[in-house]
Amino acid sequence: MSAPPTRIASLTDLLHAAARGRKTLLPNHPKILVGMASCGLAAGADEVYEAIGEETARLQLPYVVAPTGCIGWCSQEPLVDVRLPHKPRVTYGRMDAHKARELVRGLCDGDLKTQWAIGLLTSHDNPVTPTRTRTRYSKLSARVDGVPRYEELDLFRRQVRLVTRNCGVIDPTNLDEYLARAGYRALHRALTAMRPEEIINEVTRSGLRGRGGAGFPTGKKWEVMRGQVGTPKYLICNADEGDPGAYMDRAVLEGDPQTVLEGMTIGAYAMGASDGVIYVREEYPLAVKRMLEAIAQAETAGLLGDNIFNSGFGFRIRVVKGGGAFVCGEETALIASVEGRVGEPRQRPPYPAQKGLGGKPTCINNVETWANIPVILMRGGDWYARLGTGGSKGTKVFCLVGAIKNPTLVEVPMGITLRQIVYEMGGGTPQGRKFKAIQTGGPSGGCIPESLLDLEVDYESLTQAGAIMGSGGMIVMDSSTCMVDIARYFLTFLADESCGKCFSCRKGLQRMRQIVVRITEGLGSEADLDLIEELGWMVRETSLCGLGQTAPNPVLSTLRYFRDEYLAHVREKRCPAKVCKELITYRIEPTLCDGCGACVRVCTSEAILGEKKKAHTIDNAKCIKCGSCLEVCQPQAVVVS
Amino acid sequence: MPQLTINGIRIEVERGTTVLEAARLLGIPIPTLCHDDGLAPYGACRLCVVEVGTPPRSKLQSACTVPAEEGLVVQTHSARVDRARRLLLELYVATCPQSKTIQDLASRYGIRRVRMEPEFEACIQCGKCVRMCAEQMRAGALGFGFRGRRRKVMTPFRPQSELCRHCGACLYICPVVELRCHGAHPETTLCSGCINFTPSCLQYHDHAMCFLEPCAACELAGPLRLAGPLSRDRVWEKPEPPKEHGELI
Repeated sequence: MSAPPTRIASLTDLLHAAARGRKTLLPNHPKILVGMASCGLAAGADEVYEAIGEETARLQLPYVVAPTGCIGWCSQEPLVDVRLPHKPRVTYGRMDAHKARELVRGLCDGDLKTQWAIGLLTSHDNPVTPTRTRTRYSKLSARVDGVPRYEELDLFRRQVRLVTRNCGVIDPTNLDEYLARAGYRALHRALTAMRPEEIINEVTRSGLRGRGGAGFPTGKKWEVMRGQVGTPKYLICNADEGDPGAYMDRAVLEGDPQTVLEGMTIGAYAMGASDGVIYVREEYPLAVKRMLEAIAQAETAGLLGDNIFNSGFGFRIRVVKGGGAFVCGEETALIASVEGRVGEPRQRPPYPAQKGLGGKPTCINNVETWANIPVILMRGGDWYARLGTGGSKGTKVFCLVGAIKNPTLVEVPMGITLRQIVYEMGGGTPQGRKFKAIQTGGPSGGCIPESLLDLEVDYESLTQAGAIMGSGGMIVMDSSTCMVDIARYFLTFLADESCGKCFSCRKGLQRMRQIVVRITEGLGSEADLDLIEELGWMVRETSLCGLGQTAPNPVLSTLRYFRDEYLAHVREKRCPAKVCKELITYRIEPTLCDGCGACVRVCTSEAILGEKKKAHTIDNAKCIKCGSCLEVCQPQAVVVS
Repeated sequence: MPQLTINGIRIEVERGTTVLEAARLLGIPIPTLCHDDGLAPYGACRLCVVEVGTPPRSKLQSACTVPAEEGLVVQTHSARVDRARRLLLELYVATCPQSKTIQDLASRYGIRRVRMEPEFEACIQCGKCVRMCAEQMRAGALGFGFRGRRRKVMTPFRPQSELCRHCGACLYICPVVELRCHGAHPETTLCSGCINFTPSCLQYHDHAMCFLEPCAACELAGPLRLAGPLSRDRVWEKPEPPKEHGELI
């Protein structure tokens, strides 16, 4: 699958390899692509891939079958794409081995099986190339009856894919395909035609800000780093993505690992660094594998190592696996972890740029930040700065999960409204339930209510609303979610994941959690709410690192926007969303119950009594409030109150 | 030599001085629990937070770890600092009410109420013992284990560290020293285990590090010794520790 090991030392070599890559990327044979990132594999993509391989082998078809990364259509996994020569790509959703075999058989009879198709990818536009390449398809062939084109789909219409430009397009294990998408052209330009200051200037002009969440201007960080005298200098790619429900970095690492390497190498040249580290969490085995493969390929091709493009500049990258501590996403804790010490943050200043890894100048950027660099260099900082809002430029990748019809991974320009993300791209809340809140920025982000859905997403507006940009996770909550229960969940997560160094963060979060648990049990008082607010303020003010300083956000923002729910818990001892177990009881409405016995069969605690064909009752002393009876009851006789 | 302003007073200090040291030079008292002049600054207790910068862009930072830099503007007792410190102290008292050090600090700051139930924890994890052991005693027998809610000071892997010389420096430096004797019986409040060679502390706390001079009773008569020369590999029944005793560091 991968390219023969030839050293790429000049633009000619680069173009030559790109031509080779184009043969597999856009072959003259029918091509079948299977989305094989972690998300696809979890949905069964490996079986689909195998089935397609077997079927094409059995029928002796000259089809190209290849894996690809994640295109972000999470709700339709596993995804299969078919591209006939010189025809647009047809995407099929929710495939299984059986359907895949049938698809292959259909293809060899010329049947595209359009009834399973969910989208038509008509353009192969590449944001890296300065002039937009015209799509090769004539207007007629760019239509397949009954299949909507990507640009007509709500999910893709507003997306601008820069960071994820190759995810779901190329085979991530094939360096040539990355080169065919104008990969490493930015690095070539940087090394042969630009001075380091010019690169930093370009990044500064682009207005790019750290995508890890804090939003520090990347150009400024690079400039400080360039000004440091110590050697060696280190670069670190922060891929310790620990937020529950967020997988932006994973998608890039698994779908397009080379772009991260290219971005880092450009940064290394600009800042004068000689060594790089990619800190990936061990829980991403596929991402680790892809990165290691990508590094090996780049080294063989001479795109990493000594004397890249015969410029005399050398750079090496190694992968360090994280042990699964959330706090190690904080840069000083990350450095400690790379050095083999306990992942505990320390005081800044001195900043990592002054004293980082091994006491040497170190620049840490997030995966997404690095992946932006090749695009900025190819298209120019000014072009990039045209995207986005006044203070936040460019695009951002978001993971939309939770109570949403179509969970998805999207890349949108900054300044898009939350409503557009939730309702257009995510399709709104499922089962007609009412939207309640959206939590942005991972566990230490805040919950934003419906009244603020028209908020334009950028760093400042989210902070003002009591949330944070974070790394880009978005969790949607509907009327079946209790906001107090959510606060309890995130406090538990953070109290467990705090490193525990600062007394305020460790004990403060534990106490806040204690109080919120008490409220969910109906034992809270109104004075407790004030106490949480005070403790939250104290934790935010006095903690050392970003974790502690943002940890109270979930509680404080829910208290700010959903105080009535807290009050219902403490005053009326009632959970409006009917979630908090201590505050609800299950009973069976005798007039509705037809005595079918379905609830009796699912009840694990034998709490449901009654004869067949007669109304049942629930013994509240035995009931553990698991909700199983509620789910199975056809006449909806089970009532929660 | 950097010049900084503390509470409106300009002061010139040597490079490498922390804000806490600079403030002490001026005679401004800043409360600390995890700081000791002989140990590396750690910044865990957060009691020494001061307001750095000019409002509204100022931040609370721990004075013991912030280096004194040119042009730094510091407020050590602003309303914001005071509020944060009082809340911290309230939390400290609720966590560890048996510590005289903490009680004294609380009364100095006029804490009149504690709104959380007491936990009687034996350790505030200031890390003084860990740093004392590593930096001054050059032993490194103690460290922090786990994280978040489960974090505690402990010896690695084994109940008794081979690096520990029983010097007792950790007990000496501990700001919540009330955990010295763990063998006291509630009826008599007297332990006498050290004199009678029947230390009960080891039975309560299997990872106990007993440093009391001249006890060494466990070496002579403790359950480890009584069990014979191969006792290190043996497991002995550990009685359930009584509730009123907190966990030893």
